[in-house]
Amino acid sequence: MSSSEERLRDLLVRGLAGDGTAYHMFLKELSAHLRAFFRRRLSNLSDEVEDLVQESLLAIHNQRHTYDATQPLTAWAHAIARYKMVDLLRRRGVREALQVPLDEESELLAETDSDAGNARHDVMALLAQLPERQRLPIQHVKLEGLSVLEAARLTGMSESAIKVGVHRGLKALAATIRNKR
Amino acid sequence: MKTDDLITMLAKGPAPTAQPGTKRFALALGWGMFGATLLMALLLGVRADLAGALAMPMFWAKLSFPAAAALAALQLARRLARPGLRPGTAPLVLAALLLSSWAGAATTLLAAAPDARAALIFGDTWRTCPFNIALLSLPVFIAMFWAIKGLAPTRPALAGSSAGLTAGAAGAAVYALHCPEMAAPFLGIWYVLGIALPALAGALLGPMALRW
Repeated sequence: MSSSEERLRDLLVRGLAGDGTAYHMFLKELSAHLRAFFRRRLSNLSDEVEDLVQESLLAIHNQRHTYDATQPLTAWAHAIARYKMVDLLRRRGVREALQVPLDEESELLAETDSDAGNARHDVMALLAQLPERQRLPIQHVKLEGLSVLEAARLTGMSESAIKVGVHRGLKALAATIRNKR
Repeated sequence: MKTDDLITMLAKGPAPTAQPGTKRFALALGWGMFGATLLMALLLGVRADLAGALAMPMFWAKLSFPAAAALAALQLARRLARPGLRPGTAPLVLAALLLSSWAGAATTLLAAAPDARAALIFGDTWRTCPFNIALLSLPVFIAMFWAIKGLAPTRPALAGSSAGLTAGAAGAAVYALHCPEMAAPFLGIWYVLGIALPALAGALLGPMALRW
């Protein structure tokens, strides 16, 4: 087992237990691995790389409840990254989409690339298109950093509506990015 | 939005609430089986000689083989619904169930007189059996797709076929309460075909219905 695997896994497990700093570091370090992984494989679509990094990060965040703590983190993250990449290639009509080689899962953590390019789609602009019951919870809780209670008071929504709004809003955001391609 | 800002946004806010997928699958199989039993009772009817059948070992074999297959396929589906989990041992269990049912069928056929074999294979209901099983598989089929959709299958065709397999096997177990056939060769062919139909449908529908 590689040391990155252990380190990232530890960060994610702590993050899922409520440690926001660890979770931030997890996403940050994983994004560098994702970027290097996609850059190497999408040399013909290099301006899509950053969008795919963002889409994968959203997917990983939205699907974090599917991580089984007994399973290698690399296998989980690799499966999601590869799924999102094949999905992009299919949508681009790239014939080779069906023949993306089955690389080793450990390939995901082989390199890092923290030189973020520009994303073609602005997540903020896409966020503005969400319905209010999803947009406001995300804006207050995830961007301004208010607590769920504060956001509930401010918007007049219930606390559970705020939580559901964040959850559904991020899923809707992921779907919007996917459909923009 | 820069990727770093997206990361900050995702990491901010209250701790995520974990929602394990186990309950979803228990719900799916429970409600699905309820629906299948209801369908069977309303459309086909429980076999009239059920009380007598309860004393026959073959009746219990007919019930327990598909039930065991449904549980193994459920395990498989639960794994395939999550990114990066390998199928595990469930395919071996499924293969062992299939092979032992075929071994039983072959033994029965070889022991029977040649002119009795056709009756053992076709029984009275071979034309309708696979389609009835496929029909009874529908409630579990829909429920399993719902359960998997709440997770994140990265191999949707495989995940779909495991959902179909669960549904087909559950449907066959319920159908056994209606079906009067008791010959191992009949079960080894037509029950297996009835289970294979929803599995195939699941493999075809998975890539469309389970996309995320």
